[in-house]
Amino acid sequence: MEKDSEEKEGHCKKGVTRRGFLQLMGAGAAASVTTGTLAAEPTPEVVTPGEMSKVSLQVNGRRHRILIEPRWSLLYVIREKLGLTGTKVGCERGECGACTVLINGQPRYACLILAAEAEGTEITTLEGLMKGEDLGPVQQAFVENDAFQCGYCTPGQIMAVEGLLRANPNPSAEEIRQGMSGNLCRCGAYPNIFNAVRRAAELKKVAGGA
Amino acid sequence: MKREEARLYYVQGLPVPETPKPGQEPKPWKETEVVGKPIPRVDAYERVSGSAVYPSDTSLPDMLYGAILRCPHPHAKVKSVETSEAEKMPGIRAVITGKTPGADVDWPYLGGKKTKLFDLICRHEGEEVAAIAAETPYQAWDALKKIKVNYERLPFVVDERKSLDPGVPSIHEGGNQVGEQKYERGNVEKGFAEADVVLEENYRSESELHTPMELHGCVAKWDGDRLTLWESTQGVYSVQARVAEVLGLPLSNVRVIGHYMGGGFGSKLQAGKYTIIAALLAKKTARPVKLFLTREETFLCVGNRPPCNMKLKAGVKKDGTLTAFDFSCIGTGGAYPANGTGLVDWLVRDLYLCPNVRTKLTDVYINAGPARPFRAPGHPQGAWALEQMLDALAHAIDMDPVELRLKNIPTYSQGREGNPPYTTTGLKKCLEEGAKAFRWKEARKKGKPKGHIFRGVGMASGLWFVGGGGPPSTVIVKFFSDGSANLNMGASDIGTGTKTVMAMVVSEELGIPTKKIQIEHADTGTTQYATPSGGSKTVPTESPAVRAACMDVKEQLFKMAAKDLKTDSSGLMLKKSEVMSRSEPSKKMKIADISDFKKRGVILGVGYRGPNPENKVVNPFAAQFGEVEVNTKTGEVKVLRFLAAQESGRVMNRLTFDNQVFGGITMGIGFGMTEIRVLDGDRTGKMVNKNWHDYKLPTALDVPPEIISFPIDLEDPIANSTGAKGLGEPVTIPTGPAIANAIYNATGVRVTRTPANPLELCQLISDRRKEG
Repeated sequence: MEKDSEEKEGHCKKGVTRRGFLQLMGAGAAASVTTGTLAAEPTPEVVTPGEMSKVSLQVNGRRHRILIEPRWSLLYVIREKLGLTGTKVGCERGECGACTVLINGQPRYACLILAAEAEGTEITTLEGLMKGEDLGPVQQAFVENDAFQCGYCTPGQIMAVEGLLRANPNPSAEEIRQGMSGNLCRCGAYPNIFNAVRRAAELKKVAGGA
Repeated sequence: MKREEARLYYVQGLPVPETPKPGQEPKPWKETEVVGKPIPRVDAYERVSGSAVYPSDTSLPDMLYGAILRCPHPHAKVKSVETSEAEKMPGIRAVITGKTPGADVDWPYLGGKKTKLFDLICRHEGEEVAAIAAETPYQAWDALKKIKVNYERLPFVVDERKSLDPGVPSIHEGGNQVGEQKYERGNVEKGFAEADVVLEENYRSESELHTPMELHGCVAKWDGDRLTLWESTQGVYSVQARVAEVLGLPLSNVRVIGHYMGGGFGSKLQAGKYTIIAALLAKKTARPVKLFLTREETFLCVGNRPPCNMKLKAGVKKDGTLTAFDFSCIGTGGAYPANGTGLVDWLVRDLYLCPNVRTKLTDVYINAGPARPFRAPGHPQGAWALEQMLDALAHAIDMDPVELRLKNIPTYSQGREGNPPYTTTGLKKCLEEGAKAFRWKEARKKGKPKGHIFRGVGMASGLWFVGGGGPPSTVIVKFFSDGSANLNMGASDIGTGTKTVMAMVVSEELGIPTKKIQIEHADTGTTQYATPSGGSKTVPTESPAVRAACMDVKEQLFKMAAKDLKTDSSGLMLKKSEVMSRSEPSKKMKIADISDFKKRGVILGVGYRGPNPENKVVNPFAAQFGEVEVNTKTGEVKVLRFLAAQESGRVMNRLTFDNQVFGGITMGIGFGMTEIRVLDGDRTGKMVNKNWHDYKLPTALDVPPEIISFPIDLEDPIANSTGAKGLGEPVTIPTGPAIANAIYNATGVRVTRTPANPLELCQLISDRRKEG
């Protein structure tokens, strides 16, 4: 998608090596290779930051084939390249949860996942919980319980609830608090969020586990 | 009153026009059908579906991304900035510094002080040095690293307690004292002499950072010499005014749009330097530029609640009569004038009856980011001192702390000249009914501690300096011939439910369901003037204007219908999309059939905010109660339950009301228990916890399992035509000290410094053991 001729001119000497990068990818989603390990690789073959790779991302059931820089986060690609701005950006370092999406049904911070890493997974964003123009059960529960104020952390909260209820359809009060503790809400709508989780659990049952 | 209005923080430095005189103000409603009901938000669908486009979601064709290079030192002189290497980096479309033509503009601070947008002296970590626009944010960040800046590092001071010491570097010419404010009434010495008990204590509250979830920033786009900004802001008109001033543009050429925004808490009342920088980058590249700060930058450069070092001496008689307060505070608005000690003494001056009061506020400079108003500026800090002192006084004279407060309730504002009365004083009801609902008396009868787990209860009260709103505000209601309506207002909905409450007012007056009301707001190009949403004044300011606009619609509608019905328009009323005569209910017709209305298509109702009652003060009040459990081995405090009795006039929407209460308490827990800005004063002068990992916001695990909003819905027929007062700020004022008082009740340890976190508590508990 980037069509910039100048991009080949600059070279980042301390960039991620192609080999190191591919090894990182090859290790799979569970890999937690530190940058220290990467930096220790001998005679790096340098990948230019501007160099584009093809990826195919499965988002909300739709396949997107796009060109990315290997360093782009999934969050950046979802928002700025796919235009799915339901997923919000809060800190870009895994502290707030505003960018929570589901990866294979589990809540994950999209800012901590490289877009390239997400290839081959099933990605669900807030938009993916909609049924056409109708709200999904968790979204509906948030409306009924006024479970937000400014609404900016809300997409992440909703995705965290969706993930929580998929794993545990009947969470206890304590499980709800634990389950939601990875998502900050500066407006402090937490009590209403807890109520929304309980309501969403009910609505999901009515909807037949949808 | 005029002077007081001029220094209201949310309009400071703003050209504020007058509202035209309103027509006859309607009397407050007696009974309501819609207002006060728990109605879900009118924009809830947009916010939970992802269809709401926040400023940071805005994406324009051919858009570039901006980033700012910031000074890494607390105090430095910029000797040179070398950008040539950065300019050659891939994807870079513009690099600007203070030397770039057009970027050599002034940036205004309070009190007429100005610096350059990119000033050669950086007075705090994170000051703007240069900026870049690139095809992707990644490229912009890469290129930032290639800008070479030669800094001359200067000696610094980041601790306001040392700022006035001899030998400390001056941050501005003329030394580090920004100003000193003094206030005195009665005779404080005489007051202390009359007291049976006199106590004195030092208190400190740490700097708290707003960090709203949506980052600060905007998207800027030029069409020739006209600029459009999509900015995350609490006030589109204040952003417009600042941008026009700085860039020398006519107001009409600056359009600011802020339909949604992800939280501000006072830090987004104004344009930022980032707004101007985005506009300059967009001008230079002739392309739209999106510039949102990184999270780290928001810890450094976009405001804070200043730290306060307070000393309070208080005298009380055995019967609970307060005889004197002597209060002083040294605080800081950071490296520039930012009202660092503003309103810190207000509660001491105004909350309790006391004839003899003296206060002194000293505002100093330090090499840290400038303060911005933060939810109830000054008040939580002042409450931290005053409310703990009241608790200690009650203990000293062996009186229930609720009782002591009840004995000293004022019905007039002692802190203001001429002692104007409050329209209503809800404090008594907040205390009495709140205590009853909390089961205060029973809860005070302590159970035995379970080993090292101690339980205790505490309370605190408060008022908010303003909260009555006031002019200016203009609102337009467009009434369509099918009985639906469009509401047009300039105010932002910062998450408090402004849009919902205003739609409910229209619904109440015109009998339209809220889903048939379309709202257009927060756009200087298309909506009416409004001051920024701050000061807890949006509902009491806007709702009477909305109501007035509806009255205007009805007046015109009745005139049209009177022609068809051949009756006098003054005897008509509107009911379920029918106009009917009050005296002869058979004389009625459907709105859609009114012949003049059919021809006209639309009725335009204009509403203005009327003036507030003369020589009266409109203030919201609060009393909050909490129960805690303290682990004296680990210093951990669990807030088990919390109750907030809030008097904010009429409850406009029970759902959004309760939500504000929960949010205010949560933020108060942050202020009192978890949040602290840590500056490395000894070595680097830099902030060491500029991220949400090290700077602790309350999470889902930190809010009490039981948290009760207990509204005191007091009728206020004088304040304004809807009887509503502000809520957002008063609700966060007493929380911190209420918890501190509960900790004292549990352990006998007085936490005089925020935050009451395990570290602080362990220290205090072990100190007390040593003392014996």
